[in-house]
Amino acid sequence: MISFVRLRPALCTAVMAAGLAALPLQADTLRIATMGEPSSLDPHKISGTWENDVAGDLFEGLITEAANGERIPGVAESWEISEDGTVYIFRLRENARWSDGEPVTAEDFVFAFRRILDPATAADYAYLLYPVKNAEVVYGGDAEPETLGIEALDNHTLRITLERSTPYFLDQLSHYTAYPVPRHVVKEHGDRWSRPANLVSNGPFKIQRWQSQTRIEVVRNEHFHDADNVALDQVIYFPIEERNTALNRFRAGEIDVARDFPTQQYGWLRDNLPEATHTAPFLGIYYYTLNTREGHPTADPRVREALSLAVRREVITDRILGTGEVPAYSFVPPGISHYEPAMLEFSELSQDERMERARELMSEAGYGPDNPLQLRLRYNTSEDHRQVAIAIGAMWEPLGVQVDLFNSEVAVHYTDLRQGDFDVGRAGWIGDYNDAQNFLSLLESGVGNNYGAYSNEQFDALMREAAETQDLERRGEIMAEAERIALADSATLPIYYYVSRNLVNPALQGWENNIEDIHRSRWVSFEE
Amino acid sequence: MLIYVSKRLLQAIPTLLIVITLSFFLMHLAPGGPFDGERQLPAEIEANLRAAYHLDQPVWRQYFIYLGNLLQGDFGPSFRYKDFTVTELIAQGFPVSLELGLWAIALAIAVGLPLGILAALHRNSSIDYLVMGTALAGVAIPNFVIAPVLALVFGVLLAWLPVGGWNDGHWRNMVLPVIALSIQQVAYIARMSRASMIEVLGSHYIRTARAKGLSEREVIWRHALRPSLLPVVSYLGPAIAGIITGSVVIEQIFGIPGIGRYFVQAALNRDYTLVMGTVVFYGILIVLLNLIVDLLYSALDPQIRYDD
Amino acid sequence: MTTDTTTLTSDTGDLSAGDSLGRDAWRRLKRNRAAMVSLVLLIFIAAACVAGPWLTPWGLNEVNWDAFRSPPSLEDGHLAGTDANGRDLLTRTLYGGQISLSVALVATFVSLVIGVLYGAVAGYLGGRVDNLMMRFVDIMYSLPFMFLVILLMVVFGRNILLIYAAIGAVEWLDMSRIVRGQTLALKRREFVEAARALGVRSRTIVMRHLIPNTLGPVIVYVTLTVPKVILLESFLSFLGLGVQEPMTSWGVLISEGVDTMQSAPWMLLVPSTFLAATLLCLNFLGDGLRDALDPRTH
Repeated sequence: MISFVRLRPALCTAVMAAGLAALPLQADTLRIATMGEPSSLDPHKISGTWENDVAGDLFEGLITEAANGERIPGVAESWEISEDGTVYIFRLRENARWSDGEPVTAEDFVFAFRRILDPATAADYAYLLYPVKNAEVVYGGDAEPETLGIEALDNHTLRITLERSTPYFLDQLSHYTAYPVPRHVVKEHGDRWSRPANLVSNGPFKIQRWQSQTRIEVVRNEHFHDADNVALDQVIYFPIEERNTALNRFRAGEIDVARDFPTQQYGWLRDNLPEATHTAPFLGIYYYTLNTREGHPTADPRVREALSLAVRREVITDRILGTGEVPAYSFVPPGISHYEPAMLEFSELSQDERMERARELMSEAGYGPDNPLQLRLRYNTSEDHRQVAIAIGAMWEPLGVQVDLFNSEVAVHYTDLRQGDFDVGRAGWIGDYNDAQNFLSLLESGVGNNYGAYSNEQFDALMREAAETQDLERRGEIMAEAERIALADSATLPIYYYVSRNLVNPALQGWENNIEDIHRSRWVSFEE
Repeated sequence: MLIYVSKRLLQAIPTLLIVITLSFFLMHLAPGGPFDGERQLPAEIEANLRAAYHLDQPVWRQYFIYLGNLLQGDFGPSFRYKDFTVTELIAQGFPVSLELGLWAIALAIAVGLPLGILAALHRNSSIDYLVMGTALAGVAIPNFVIAPVLALVFGVLLAWLPVGGWNDGHWRNMVLPVIALSIQQVAYIARMSRASMIEVLGSHYIRTARAKGLSEREVIWRHALRPSLLPVVSYLGPAIAGIITGSVVIEQIFGIPGIGRYFVQAALNRDYTLVMGTVVFYGILIVLLNLIVDLLYSALDPQIRYDD
Repeated sequence: MTTDTTTLTSDTGDLSAGDSLGRDAWRRLKRNRAAMVSLVLLIFIAAACVAGPWLTPWGLNEVNWDAFRSPPSLEDGHLAGTDANGRDLLTRTLYGGQISLSVALVATFVSLVIGVLYGAVAGYLGGRVDNLMMRFVDIMYSLPFMFLVILLMVVFGRNILLIYAAIGAVEWLDMSRIVRGQTLALKRREFVEAARALGVRSRTIVMRHLIPNTLGPVIVYVTLTVPKVILLESFLSFLGLGVQEPMTSWGVLISEGVDTMQSAPWMLLVPSTFLAATLLCLNFLGDGLRDALDPRTH
């Protein structure tokens, strides 16, 4: 693990020299603009990426994330995994404590897992823990929470049993759905335990104040096992939904980190704040879902392929967005462990060759100048989505495709997608964890997020086979085979891989770009 | 008078009941629900969530559950902000919006009214055109343009004032949002007071007053001002309700923890309890402010009486 | 007193008298220089929005793949620059003007007619009827506007007429309150009492005596409604209930422009200039009209 030298003495001098000795140590406070107000501080009641920032500073799971996003031991000190990959035994740190000084025990984890999977908790992200034995039946209310595959062998030894070997399970344990919750506090306060006045956490920071819609203040948790290496005294999160506001406040020096910035300003930022502007590959795919249901022109795979061929992805990434997004020729983003994404076959062709092929396909499918194809393209309201939709509409024009654009607010958009009321629909997926299965499962028959209702038996069979496969490399190959089938069917139209966008005060150290865009404040310090 | 007021307050009950009923069913009829987000939840999870919020019941029963809770003063928990009840959200946000709104209204009246009267007195002169032209800029430029421009100029480039944040209501944090909120109102008030002042100045009783030899100053202050305020007051009733309940644009751009955002976001998130909470709250304000306006009418123009 | 009785007689007079009143008003309006300049400019803007798109070399949705977000320039023919999708901004602003101006025209007209009639009737009848009518206004104020519009859309489908109707349907509320307030004051005045004493029918009193005398505040409020309506349209578009791409409106163009205020200021300035010019002209024209129609300025 990286160890940090604390820089406090230097800071004191700097602050005093500036004549600000009366104020608390300013530079020991990190101010972050998160992109929204958390729904809760209860890790069982959140589901957004912006909430992860706060929850991950307050709590720590068995496994946690290093500055570069790599998984490192958290509350667990060490662990053993059984031969068949279904039984995990964790040894917990003796010095892990809650912010009120109580020890963090294996029972806290057992309690937390049972709580999040209890139907009465109504946790919307509980399904991430489905690999745990009996999780799904417990959540469905068909089994007692006690039958869940988690057990405290003693105060500091925890056993988790899985339904089947799940190679990405350790990664998942760093997710907030797997955080412990303080049994003693939840028992005392019930659902109100996560109110700022009651909240007790086990991470590097603890809550100080939450003023709704304006700021959340956390301070260093002296009981944290690695507290000596936490440089910051305080972190303040400002929920700022307007990306332009975040940018302005960053420029005025009111915040140190903005977790997003407006793509439209990227050119300006690159010229004026190159040191502060961070973009990095991100585990997400921006794609158009194509409706394969009967009666839609996109039910014809030739039409789907032609549409995909005509989309000049480079124009979208370079000219429209221009923040370093990468054109997507696969459904699974690159950079996923134990996986080499399959590629769309035509990615080798030149644009002219693609268009020629697209025209052939369209006329085979019976469309042409005298029988133009009419498509309904739905997107949810956002400047970026709008621009991409317009550009793609224009790219399809040479094929004689007439596109009707429909934008709507999020709730209506996804209702329409689920009801299949579209030909082409904007969608995106950000990986819950670093595994190809998380993406490819979107294309399995009958899955809720499979908006286009793509269905291919061969694909489904391969996905089932992959789920049973222990060997990580082999499993990756099987999934890549499945992806190849989906790509050959033009199941969806991948457009680009997301990038993460951050503005970071150049004086910050320990803030590293990573593919999951996870940044824990415990690694961050101010230089000098 | 007292009877009139109490009658009106009693009438508020059926008014609010109709508002609640209509809004409740409107809201449930609209497509999209609170759990329709970017990710489709597994069926059993959605079922559990719906059960937890009573959404699995028929709408009419939900309606009566809601009314029952409301009678006990319980607005329910927010769907989106799970650590807070609707009452807490409104109780936390409203003082902020109220403070900001009252300052904005005060500023708008203090600037708009004199400007309007000044323009009316110098009608069709260059002073008139200049004043009205400037005031009108406030209407011609939408607040979602004014607010970021103010933030950019005074916050970022000149660095005189903070770009955003509330800072527990420090005056420095209030300056820009109050200005942004009031600019439009200044224009409205100036325009309306100018027009009605001109109207009143042309009426026969002012001419009579002048004929009596009263000084111009006396004519304006004693006789013209009060009746010329009528349309301004009619406008201000609902306008104040709108201003003190905050503005989603101003709040988002300046990071103000008011309740204006809830009116839009609650609807976008289909946060049913919060939508209803804001509707009820706003309805009460409207009823109260329109009552005050009606009372002000008779104060401003003694000829107006409420017969019952 | 004398002036009011003249109004009374000229108002109840025959059609030819009305005609001469219109001619009189027009003559007075022509003397108001600010109003005339505004009128000419307004006509010019409207004509440009209707005819302009045929004159520019670019189509509404035509993409110039070589010019994304390019500043105004004579060389490439994009006089007002291009937007983020490489489309000619001037062309789009002119097309957007068609939508914004017609939304403003229709919605304002709807709100004017409903609001003035409703307010005048409520104020004139007074008592219980007034009370009931105003409580209905309170209810309309409090309904969550967004759901109302979303539902209207579900029922009637996506329709530009519906936007007009929806906007007009909320904007008349303020108008009705203002007119009612004026009417309450007016109905006790001598000329109304006189008309009543002469046995003139209520309908005639409302239409001929009350409404014309509320014109001042009404015209002013109309000029204030127009910008509201134009911007409300952009909010509806945000919800997906307004205009759909590739069509656009000034409100939509301005809200797009705000995002790129610094890197591409022309995207904000061009549509804002059109909107601001239109509103300024409307304002001066409104004032001129008010003066010209005022019976007391004979």
